[in-house]
Amino acid sequence: MATVIIPTPLRKFTNNTAKIDINAETIEETVRELTLNFPDLKKHLLDEKGQIRSFINIFVGDNDIRDLQQEKTSVKKDTLISIVPAIAGGR
Amino acid sequence: MISIDPIAKQVMIRDGLNTFPDECCGFFYGEEDSVGNRIVKEILVVNNTKEGDRRRRFEISPKDYLRGEQFASQRNLQLLGVYHSHPNHPAIPSEQDRIAAQPYFSYIIISVLDNNTTHMRSWRLNDSFQFEEEEINSNIFQNH
Repeated sequence: MATVIIPTPLRKFTNNTAKIDINAETIEETVRELTLNFPDLKKHLLDEKGQIRSFINIFVGDNDIRDLQQEKTSVKKDTLISIVPAIAGGR
Repeated sequence: MISIDPIAKQVMIRDGLNTFPDECCGFFYGEEDSVGNRIVKEILVVNNTKEGDRRRRFEISPKDYLRGEQFASQRNLQLLGVYHSHPNHPAIPSEQDRIAAQPYFSYIIISVLDNNTTHMRSWRLNDSFQFEEEEINSNIFQNH
């Protein structure tokens, strides 16, 4: 099973769980499983069109999925997936 | 309510002054009680990696974000939020701040003016994705 690391601000939607094992073959399946198991997470991960929100980055190992095959990026049993919120702003 | 250790507060203010006229940014750590009151104990200063106008915008790289999470685990503290400065601007979150804001996190903003005057306020998103001010309590540390 791949392991998903949940960032601190989203843990209140995963019962304060930081690491979640998911049985999936792609990032798309991983996100679907996550949001099925934790429905409150959905609006924080996906936009109205069901796409991963622009302020959410997903890393497979050290690589941003935008530099791989996006949501179609494959995951293996020992893959570490990190959800990384984009931290930005300004006056 | 959020209480800030005086040394942690000084670290954030100094970062704001040193980085002026650009925006500074970083993470803060501490503890939260059962009713959501927070105590800030430690600061991790990180680089503003925004390409372009850093006088008006800040960005923390994903690599630094992951480092920020690891810092919390290593110190057995909670990552409570993000601070940044508003050079020559009030300590009020902008629409840019709101769009990118995460739930749960406190957002401390430090207004830094030309004459080195600083003013700090803290904000948190509510369930409607709007910022609400979080009172900063300075009294808790006065007798320490």
